[in-house]
Amino acid sequence: MDIFSIVFYLFAVIIVVSAAIVVMSKNIMYSAFSLLFTFFGVAGIYVLLNADFIAVTQIMIYIGGILILIIFGVMLTSRITGVDIKSGTTGKVQIAFAGVISLVIAITLIFLFANTKWFTSELKPHQSTIEDIGKELLTNYLLAFEVASVLLLIAIIGAAFIARRKS
Amino acid sequence: METTNFVYNLIPNETIAIIVISVIPLIFLIVYALLAILGELKISAWIQERLGPMRTGPWGILQPIAEVVKLIQKEDLTPDSANKPLFNLAPYIIFMGAYASFAVIPFSRYFVPSGINIGLFYIFAVGSIAVIGIVMGGWASNNKYSLLGAMRSVAQIISYEIPGAMAILSVAVLASSLDLEKINIAQEGGIWNWFIFGGQGSWSKIWVFPFTLVLSLIYLVASLAETNRTPFDIPEGESELVAGYHTEYSGMKFAMFFFAEYANMFVVAAVLTITFFGGWNSPFGNFMQGPGWDVFWFISKAFFFVILQIWLRWTLPRLRVDQLMYVGWKVLLPFSFICFLFISLFKMIN
Repeated sequence: MDIFSIVFYLFAVIIVVSAAIVVMSKNIMYSAFSLLFTFFGVAGIYVLLNADFIAVTQIMIYIGGILILIIFGVMLTSRITGVDIKSGTTGKVQIAFAGVISLVIAITLIFLFANTKWFTSELKPHQSTIEDIGKELLTNYLLAFEVASVLLLIAIIGAAFIARRKS
Repeated sequence: METTNFVYNLIPNETIAIIVISVIPLIFLIVYALLAILGELKISAWIQERLGPMRTGPWGILQPIAEVVKLIQKEDLTPDSANKPLFNLAPYIIFMGAYASFAVIPFSRYFVPSGINIGLFYIFAVGSIAVIGIVMGGWASNNKYSLLGAMRSVAQIISYEIPGAMAILSVAVLASSLDLEKINIAQEGGIWNWFIFGGQGSWSKIWVFPFTLVLSLIYLVASLAETNRTPFDIPEGESELVAGYHTEYSGMKFAMFFFAEYANMFVVAAVLTITFFGGWNSPFGNFMQGPGWDVFWFISKAFFFVILQIWLRWTLPRLRVDQLMYVGWKVLLPFSFICFLFISLFKMIN
């Protein structure tokens, strides 16, 4: 095995194991922290695919932003309401349903994966991606870019408004 | 850009070369941490007109080694009601976040561990991993002081990341690159070409000088807050919170927190050096310029800023929480935006 495959399988194992903990852990804090490793593993896979900008963005936004928000949400709600948030075991019917649905999805995905004719691009030397991304964002996809920024602005104003209002 | 790493030329086997490259900063970090601990002890003593440690070795220069031996020997306590897996994991996550930044720090033009072209962005991104570690440690300690310290720390780091990022972004605009190597190369040719003086260019850069100066100060202040150093060490304010998020840690795990703090201090000093103070470039143009001198200049500049952080710590009193938030959001942020806008305008016209 070359170093590429070793690193790939390492990240794959990290993703699968931590994602399993996210879903199966009874302690919701474990789930939240385990998400850290899932995001990290996905970022690692992006790096292997030469998408370094997306990988760093993944770390910046998901780990630096969303995950901290989730953890604070979990931490503060269980402290304020006084109820320990724990996911209990569900009934047998639900488990059976979930199992069947997961199995169907898994079989479909494996079937698709085996039958699709994958286009493999030629191996190119690693190039800078940010310049192209920046140019595309400010030319071809300017509208989407601006709409996203306006949306974020509205979200910020809304958050400030909610935090400000005195009851 | 070609990989400019002398290790690849020395070691033909790529796998071994990669391992060696990733270990070299760690060795540097250990030596640096010992020096920084000694510096902290001695500088604090001199500022307070004491002698500092004098017994271990001549003038006490072996004191940090004694401290490390002490920390290794100490009993590793885990509180009974702490959440054990998370409690034990947190120091490593924090250290990982601090050490990950070293992957892109260019020590010399012949030693850049990873010359990715988004180095600046990467340093900011991996900094956020440490935040998760802090929350993890604070929460898992199951201690009100730890949790409060962790919350304060996270609020502080997130608030000060924004002005810091704006300051760095302005340099990215001036250099038109996020690649730390290119930013260094853009500052070649003497002290006047450093980004604190507006980078390379004609005399018209005099217009940009006040803004870059202000931005470098903004980044310095923001970096103090991000590393939880005085005057922003509210997360570990002894009189209020015992020791903040690492109250419950002892022995080697405490040493990991300590180590991560010093590593972070070096990272922010290195970023400040690279972005505003010429990185590996000599201040005298082509005099004393070269791959070997690169290391010398880079490390001495970075050490200067580490010493500056230590100096500030023992000079200034601690801010209150509301003052901290005021400085971050109402002073640094508007100023950094104004400077950023002006520098972008200058770059566009020029």
